[in-house]
Amino acid sequence: MADRFDVRRQTGFASMAMMCFFLLYLPIATLVVYAFNDNESLAIWKGFSLRWFHAAWNNSLVIESSIRSFQIAAVAAILATISATMAALATTRTKPYRGLTFKYAFINQPLMVPEIVTAVALLIVFSRIKIWTGYSGLGYLILAHTAFCVPFAYLPIRARLESMDLSLETAAADLYATKWKIFRHVTLPLLWPGILAGLMLAFVVSLDDVVITEFVKSGGQDTLPTFMLGQIRRGVTPEINAISTVFLALSIGIVTAFFFISRKRT
Amino acid sequence: MTAIRPAVEAKGVSRIFQGAGQDAVKALDNVSVSIRENEFFTLLGPSGCGKTTLLRLIAGFDYPTDGEILLHGQDIAPLPPFKRPVNTVFQSYALFPHMTVAENIGFGLKMLGKPKAEIAARVDAMLKLVHMQEQRNRRTSQISGGQQQRVALARALAPQPKVLLLDEPLSALDYKLRKEMQIELKRLQHETGITFIFVTHDQEEALTMSDRIAVMSSGNILQVGTPWDVYDRPAERFVADFIGETNFLTGTIESAGNGHARIVLSSGARICATAAKDFQLGSMATLMVRPEHARLVKGTGDLAGTIETIVYFGTDTHIHVRLDGGEAFIVRQQNSRCANCGFERGDKVGIQIGDDAAQLLKD
Amino acid sequence: MASAKEIADKAERDDIQSRWLLSTPALLIVFLAALGPLLIVVVYSFLTPGNYGDVKWQFSTNAWVSVLLERDVFDDTLSLAGAHLSIFWRSVSLSAMTTILTLIFGFPTAYFIATRPEHRRDIWLFLITIPFWTNLLIRTFAMQEVLRNDGIVNWVLQALGITDHPVQLMYTNFAVLAGMVYVFLPLMVLPLYASMEKIDFRLVEAGYDLYATRLQVLRRIIIPLVTPGIVAGSILVFIPSLGAYVTPRVLGGGTNLMIGNLIELQFGQGRNWPLGAALSIALMTIVMVALLFYVRNTTRSDGSHG
Repeated sequence: MADRFDVRRQTGFASMAMMCFFLLYLPIATLVVYAFNDNESLAIWKGFSLRWFHAAWNNSLVIESSIRSFQIAAVAAILATISATMAALATTRTKPYRGLTFKYAFINQPLMVPEIVTAVALLIVFSRIKIWTGYSGLGYLILAHTAFCVPFAYLPIRARLESMDLSLETAAADLYATKWKIFRHVTLPLLWPGILAGLMLAFVVSLDDVVITEFVKSGGQDTLPTFMLGQIRRGVTPEINAISTVFLALSIGIVTAFFFISRKRT
Repeated sequence: MTAIRPAVEAKGVSRIFQGAGQDAVKALDNVSVSIRENEFFTLLGPSGCGKTTLLRLIAGFDYPTDGEILLHGQDIAPLPPFKRPVNTVFQSYALFPHMTVAENIGFGLKMLGKPKAEIAARVDAMLKLVHMQEQRNRRTSQISGGQQQRVALARALAPQPKVLLLDEPLSALDYKLRKEMQIELKRLQHETGITFIFVTHDQEEALTMSDRIAVMSSGNILQVGTPWDVYDRPAERFVADFIGETNFLTGTIESAGNGHARIVLSSGARICATAAKDFQLGSMATLMVRPEHARLVKGTGDLAGTIETIVYFGTDTHIHVRLDGGEAFIVRQQNSRCANCGFERGDKVGIQIGDDAAQLLKD
Repeated sequence: MASAKEIADKAERDDIQSRWLLSTPALLIVFLAALGPLLIVVVYSFLTPGNYGDVKWQFSTNAWVSVLLERDVFDDTLSLAGAHLSIFWRSVSLSAMTTILTLIFGFPTAYFIATRPEHRRDIWLFLITIPFWTNLLIRTFAMQEVLRNDGIVNWVLQALGITDHPVQLMYTNFAVLAGMVYVFLPLMVLPLYASMEKIDFRLVEAGYDLYATRLQVLRRIIIPLVTPGIVAGSILVFIPSLGAYVTPRVLGGGTNLMIGNLIELQFGQGRNWPLGAALSIALMTIVMVALLFYVRNTTRSDGSHG
């Protein structure tokens, strides 16, 4: 038969999906293409050039804010992942105990509140603490980033823990492993992909943050996203496209790595 | 049997699970049992009867609400699972997916801090014991279900436990493999001389493998005995019903004494049955007859009825008879070379019951 | 000697204690830099604005009053605050439209992915996740590239002869809407996919067997089965849309504000921290109500299936 009946097919859905993918990537593609445009203004294509990448590379503000972004993301992601791993161990694979639901809600709270609200709240509190203590270093940004990274790190770790077969640890206990040895030889190796996933998510989320950073940062503490926000406000040159392209490549690199790691493990 | 020293002894063990609200579940209700050394002991019962709970109490994964459990005479309550000289073969095998077959088998010894050379030698011996030398460096996800089963066994046997606990270890295997592993398990038990405590809901498995069986139901042990005991001399109706197929008939006790009793059925038929204990004259009682202990006859027998259905099973045939008193009764006939051996649906037949085949049960 | 039960009880107590100890760092961090400050926002919403930003420690309900009402400068009467109301209305309507549009685009896309052969679904899903994990600011900026007067949309419109001069797309409600749909689309597709992946297509076969047309199968079988996904996706899109800050700021210019920008304004030029605090709490309350609706909805649908 030429025209077989496919129960899964719905008319027009495939073309709609294709259009969706096209629209999803069109703006990103445009942005990347213009990053290579050899022209002051964005509008007209004058030929391929890397001049905007050079310009960005030689812009000390870009480099400084990039380094700052990475510092904050690295420290915040590690702190968030460690505390989230501990919290996940404490909140999974147990019969309900008093305070368990409270812990869930508490840890996921940053996900439930609009970012702008948290940002404003942190502005209020940190500005006062800055006056009281006189300290205005990166500590505030790191603390703020760690807090909203915790739920992102927590989710994949918890999911991994819950999908882990509890009888493996029972078996280890049966085979003379003490609590610590069970954790070291069984739980941790099996949990590792989840921890790695949590770390990566936390890192990307911290790297991407604009709103909270914008409100919490002190003078001269721009991260790359807040620097870009300022630039976009002031009017755009293709240098922003160049920076975005590099940033984009980096995010895609991390997500791709994450994708393949999680794929290999399952 | 020389010097019966119990390997494991449960004394008045109860385990109550506090459910939500008021309802508490008695998983084990004042259970006492004594398991001998070097014995293949089976806990048999339907799901939820408490057999796995008892196993988990012995392993130390759970604790008794009441009573105590002795291992070679010593109370093991204070010992966490990793200090008990008992190992478990889990229903799901619980093999460590991030380790090789050999690493799995060596895990217990490594945790005990044994020297590397000793572990290696022991792992080799175990691999040989379960015929898995070739797969030693495979991941556990790369081997078949039957092989996983062998690794789980080897892993539990490697530390040379005093008692091996097996929690429905064959339930995940298909029929043929299960038969094979039953024989394999018997062999391993003979070769290692370790006490095996085996949990299953499969009565056939229990009958073929065990030295002794404890039949459990709703948190109680109903009967402990050899396979012959529990099949042929069931202590109560549940045991008779759970193990094998049985006909139950109810009637009034007419006379009793000397380990026998005569019962009058509603149809007026009289049957002589063995009675383990004294029953009161004139009271109602249930008796059981195994289908293979009854025989169809063309003339008059102990019972009379009409054939309702004939079911052919290959090795034998089940003939469903409706007795004149209205009860259903099944007779199992070994098949010889004749098709129905002269019996047809609708025939009026008699049923002959063998000597001592009918047994009075306490309900 | 301690009985088995006493030993076990003690082990359980120790376990719970160590579980609290283990969760302390996470709870502390979240309390210090998320939940705790929120409580202080509540306090601030009842104070009096300071002259140069910040607050004076003087109790006042003015901030809450002026969330919805404004006091006439001359006769002191209260009337509805038109500016605020129009911003609220824009926030709610743009968020609702964003939700609907992402559903219209996302549903076929999620269905398409869910009906691919299993080994290829990952790749399609991956293509959805890449933009999701790409910086929101960059994606918004990319949208700006497309919507500019000399951007690709205007270029296409002119090439097709629909218009002969560039249409002003940037700094309009349309730009904000387009940007939010673009930015939040993956948030709709992912939960939709999650529930579509679980569809038992034997049910669809049963539908066709019982004379349903494709459209009837879609309406009577597929959509009811994925309702939890639709609800989850809608909530996941609606909530961040309502609190959107970056997208309206970049694509809406200074004029097409949403609640998020209005809040920011109070901490910047407006110098009215209490009002900003009150607006924040109001926004958070709306979000919580939406979440509560979602939780109730999911628990109910779970119950009816179970």
